[in-house]
Amino acid sequence: MGAFDELVASRERPIVTAEFPSMDGGDLDTVAEAVDRFQPYVDAVNITDNPAAHAHASNVSMAIAVKQLGLEPIMQVVCRDKNRLAIQADVVGAQMHGVTSFCALTGDDVTAGDEPEARRVFDIDGPQLVSIMRTLSDGTYLSGRSLKHHRELLIGAVENPFAPPAHVRVRRARMKVDSGARFLQLQIGYEPEKLEAFVEGCGDNGVCRDAAVLPTVILTKSAGALRFMESSVPGIHVPGDVIDRIASAADPLEESYQLAREQAAHALSLPGIAGIHITDFRHDDSVHRLVHDLRLGPAFSTEGATTHASTTRASTTHTQTA
Amino acid sequence: MLRSLLPIVEHAVKGPVWDCQMCGQCVLHETGMTCPMTCPKTLRNGPCGGVAVDGACEVKPEMQCVWVKANHRAENLPLLPQSWRDEIGHLRAPVNNSLAGDSSWMNLVSGADRKTPSGWKGSE
Repeated sequence: MGAFDELVASRERPIVTAEFPSMDGGDLDTVAEAVDRFQPYVDAVNITDNPAAHAHASNVSMAIAVKQLGLEPIMQVVCRDKNRLAIQADVVGAQMHGVTSFCALTGDDVTAGDEPEARRVFDIDGPQLVSIMRTLSDGTYLSGRSLKHHRELLIGAVENPFAPPAHVRVRRARMKVDSGARFLQLQIGYEPEKLEAFVEGCGDNGVCRDAAVLPTVILTKSAGALRFMESSVPGIHVPGDVIDRIASAADPLEESYQLAREQAAHALSLPGIAGIHITDFRHDDSVHRLVHDLRLGPAFSTEGATTHASTTRASTTHTQTA
Repeated sequence: MLRSLLPIVEHAVKGPVWDCQMCGQCVLHETGMTCPMTCPKTLRNGPCGGVAVDGACEVKPEMQCVWVKANHRAENLPLLPQSWRDEIGHLRAPVNNSLAGDSSWMNLVSGADRKTPSGWKGSE
């Protein structure tokens, strides 16, 4: 078991995961720069799989690169682009390179992307993928054929507490946990009462006990980013008053940060929540600032906490001491 | 003879009523008498995360999400046995694509619709 796996099991402190930027070519130096940006502040990064149905450097190649550079990758796998054979091959191939954390998603439809003419696959769905990953973790392919060598995988999944039907989301979270998910990353949302209801339901049905539930906090720069999500990103709803708050602020950049910070603090205040997942669209020092303000993540896990707590948020150059 | 005739009869009955896609392994009774193969992503364990706030489908916004409809019907349709209502929450195995076009009635009798790959563990 790796450090991330152990943390998911022990939850001795809040977990911080973040979305790793997708890449379109370049070389390993480009990946290394991004790894350096995240490494001191997060426990693992999600390696996306053609997010929003746009082609990028593959999840397998990026997960291997990130692993070799010393940061824990969570390799996301979506069901949109590949059938069950190809998906199993990707998981087993990545595992051979030391990638052991995976996150199963159904995936946005091809119509959300820039090649809507593509054939959608969906040979399997998100909950089935979780179960198939567990099969691989246990040492066989879906067919029953044995893997010659196998390692235990840390399997995760996602759920959207903000999309209807609300009570079904809680049940679906349970289905994914029963199928093998040990962590659950939640979709972005701006309706705290829906998150509260979902987490309460996941407390009642044992999901929060059996899996590390990580709500997503998104760092944006402006009202324009919120409007874009509202109009163009499937499954995300941004209420008008939230957009107005940023649009009418004297300093929209700062107000956007404060919004994310409030979201993170709210999520972490809910009973049963194991940490947060951060999506950063600001590409500045905000991830550092957020984990510092909330005293979260590896930078605050040991004696390093004292050192970090005494630094100011302006000290963008400090590195992990623990 | 029966093998070629039954799919035609089945589709004639289930097509107009449920928009049956002839997957050959019918789960209508588990999904509030709503065919999951009419979901544009053909999800057997939906709904996906892309459902709009008003319950509209991510892919075809003019249509209500198949799984929003399925769950509503599973809870509200009269005369459904309780076991059918409960089964919507069970994990269904990946579709056996080799059964597409077959009569699911025949596969129900033979048990072919319930046969899963040896490695399939479901949500045990």
